[in-house]
Amino acid sequence: MVQALQYFFSGVTVGSVYAIVAIGFNIIYSATGVLNFAQGEFVMLGGMVAITLASFLPVPVAVAVAVAIVTLFGCGLELVFFRRLRSHSVLHMIIITIGLSIVIQELALHVWDEKVRSLPYFTGNEASSVKLVGAALSPQVIWVLGTAGVVVMLLQLFYKRTLYGRAMRACSSNPEAAMLVGINTGNMRTAAFGLSAGLGALAGCVISPISMTHYEMGPGLAIKGFAAAILGGLGNPMAAVAGGLIVGLIEAFSVSVIPSAFKDVAAFAILLAMLFLRPHGLFGCPSGVSVREV
Amino acid sequence: MALLEAENVRQCFGGLVALNGVSFTVSPGQIKAIIGPNGAGKTTLFNIVCGLIKPTDGVVRMNGEVITGLKPFQIAALGVSRTFQNVSLFPHMTVLENVLVGRHLHGRAGLISCALRLPTQRREEKAMIEQASRLLEEVGLAEKAQHSAGGLSLGQRRLVELARALATEPRLLLLDEPASGLNTKETDDLARTLRHVRDRGITLLMVEHDMSLVMDIADEILVLDFGVKIAEGPPAQVRSDPKVIAVYLGEKENVASG
Amino acid sequence: MNTTTRIWPRLAAFAAAAIVIQLSLSAAGKVYYLTQLTMAVYYAIVVMGLSLLMGYAGQVSLGQGAFFAIGGYTSAFLTTHNMAGYRGAVWFDLLDKCGVIVSRKNLYDDTLVLTVAPWLAFIMAILLTVVIAAVIGYPSLRLRGHYLAMATLGFGLIIHCILIGSPALGAADGITGVPGLSVGGLAVSGKSAVRVQNYYIAWAVAIAVLVLLRNLVESRMGRALRAIHDSEAAASAMGVNTPKLKLEVFMVSAALAAMAGSLLTHYNEGIGPSESSAFKSVRYLALVAAGGMANLEGALVVSTLLVFLSLRGWFGTYDNAVFGIILIAIVALAPQGPFRQLGLWMNRYRSLYKPGKEARGGAS
Repeated sequence: MVQALQYFFSGVTVGSVYAIVAIGFNIIYSATGVLNFAQGEFVMLGGMVAITLASFLPVPVAVAVAVAIVTLFGCGLELVFFRRLRSHSVLHMIIITIGLSIVIQELALHVWDEKVRSLPYFTGNEASSVKLVGAALSPQVIWVLGTAGVVVMLLQLFYKRTLYGRAMRACSSNPEAAMLVGINTGNMRTAAFGLSAGLGALAGCVISPISMTHYEMGPGLAIKGFAAAILGGLGNPMAAVAGGLIVGLIEAFSVSVIPSAFKDVAAFAILLAMLFLRPHGLFGCPSGVSVREV
Repeated sequence: MALLEAENVRQCFGGLVALNGVSFTVSPGQIKAIIGPNGAGKTTLFNIVCGLIKPTDGVVRMNGEVITGLKPFQIAALGVSRTFQNVSLFPHMTVLENVLVGRHLHGRAGLISCALRLPTQRREEKAMIEQASRLLEEVGLAEKAQHSAGGLSLGQRRLVELARALATEPRLLLLDEPASGLNTKETDDLARTLRHVRDRGITLLMVEHDMSLVMDIADEILVLDFGVKIAEGPPAQVRSDPKVIAVYLGEKENVASG
Repeated sequence: MNTTTRIWPRLAAFAAAAIVIQLSLSAAGKVYYLTQLTMAVYYAIVVMGLSLLMGYAGQVSLGQGAFFAIGGYTSAFLTTHNMAGYRGAVWFDLLDKCGVIVSRKNLYDDTLVLTVAPWLAFIMAILLTVVIAAVIGYPSLRLRGHYLAMATLGFGLIIHCILIGSPALGAADGITGVPGLSVGGLAVSGKSAVRVQNYYIAWAVAIAVLVLLRNLVESRMGRALRAIHDSEAAASAMGVNTPKLKLEVFMVSAALAAMAGSLLTHYNEGIGPSESSAFKSVRYLALVAAGGMANLEGALVVSTLLVFLSLRGWFGTYDNAVFGIILIAIVALAPQGPFRQLGLWMNRYRSLYKPGKEARGGAS
């Protein structure tokens, strides 16, 4: 029973990261129609930059600055690559984001190196543990869950209550109409990239003590985050949270059935299953986003 | 027996009812036109007949056989071909290649015989090229055969699309706004071409806004408004039907728009 | 559409180039370049297959690395896994009677190693890959653009995980000690004695593939493929069985990748899980783009060149980055492919700098 509880918390923890990556996917997809294959790289960069900064800044400051830097980086990406290339076909957009993912990874390899690193624990260290409902957890887990929860709540508020947030929603449902009422869709798209990058970076920082940060961690996260996004139904950021948690839980519990070397296969298999069987997701409606051909 | 029969076709897109129980028939050798204001459901009806959409309800039969739910290429094999409202040529292929795609149904060579260029495939290819070239001559575009399809004028692209559709040797040809964007002379040429096509034994069903063309060549007209059939019959009858006048035709001057 | 008349001069040029390269390298004493060229040519075969799928049929696949690996690993496993323990089993004796079991001496302890004959392993490698491609392709190809890319990437990652995590397949080290593949008098093997022979074998296979694919592209099926790329709805309306054709082409490109994988595995005498990594699959994508999406000869030439340079270490530690940059650069600057783009730029240059003649109304 305790074992199951450990799996549960492990799944929810890693699932929260997938959830944030999934939300990031959704934000960019809704605002720009681009599926950002480089989403995982934002998470990696957040962790890496924060680790470097943490060597001479207090951890909270390092995290904040890292998030800011990566946010600006995300905005920069949109300005340089996507602003002028909007008219290109889906195939071209896919290829660009894939290329970006590779280049960012390689840059990270050269700036930092291939070693696995991590941020220090926000509170306590790797030996400390907190008892929660009978399971022994690292305090960092609380940080991860807490951050994810706060992010989700703030996003809800942002989208529903602020002008900027509503403008972003307008852009994603009808860009032409949004332009007609004076919303600068170009800036919205840049903001979407920035927001998505910042959230990813935050997730990268908060998960770093537990899961380590490594230059190659991006693609795996991106795929799992995408699986989570599809599970919830693309276009629905809140359902992405549910999707992330589900993917995380299935992955955690899969260790009890298949050898742990194949742990990643669980999430990838979920992705394929969703794409093949229910591409509009568990919570999406069939007549929505058109995933299938003719 | 009717060539094409639609029975109670209903199409809903989420909450929007595009077609609400439309029934009609098309007799062999006819030229039938579907008219109606924008949003009346005409192209949706076309898309249902040629298989791009599966209707929410209702049945479509071709020669008595049910074709609802079949894929477009299966319906094409039964003798239905079409042109598109936004001319859907293959821009990265030449004019001749576009028409050759229309001959696809009449070829047998599979991947392997094509890759190996077996004798049967080579013979078949020669025959296809001859037939496609002849069709291009008929529509008067023989000298454009090797041109890229994307570089022609609208009128020429319409003709290529027509040639491509004819290449499939259809029994029923669906034309989606064939006169859209054409000037008066081009429309007259079109009328002549379409009559010629009908005289070869092909039944025509077209959606059109150009009233002069419709009144000129249609044997029967079907009027749709808001997804409902409000009249069906010969042009003279439809033209004087008060319901139709109220909804669509308005003044006596025809509303030939682009 | 009689393009056979156009192809023979080009083939002759390829053959001549291949011969010239070999002779000059041999003369210069740089025969080891031939090894890397041979490898590059095999990789180029994968790229040609992907060019057919992506350039002509318009379907994005990030799983070619996985198919390459499935082909290579199947060959490797079947030709190295000792089946001596199965002697006496009915099926084994049956296979033995058919002559498909071969034996060789284990160098270390002089025992007999019984494995499947390489030529049969080769056939099985391709068949297995094609079957897997059919199973994965059927649901995947119904998906559009992004989603198809993700599905094939997910499939590739699953294969990669399985290969890296399976001790029976050598886990992270892969399989080594793969014998050569001999047919008739020819052998695909890494022995330096047959280095030149293998160079020509690789080119022969690549050129054969080029000719077959070219025939395909210029034929009725090829037109149907290109039609699907331009407008799947219109193609279907004209009678093209789009789901079936997409699946068939997917299977063909997978088969080509598997064939290249198997041959290269025999040539390299082994294979490792990195062949199925996402990096490799993305690399194939970059090479298709660099050769000009729908350009088979471009794919062959550019791909051979770039992979050769990569194998020679020209890109150093920036190897992967180079391919990522190629991807971005091609799409941003030359979306129609570098050759067509060069042509467009040259036309623009010409019209910018030579308007004088027309303006003066002169003859030109």
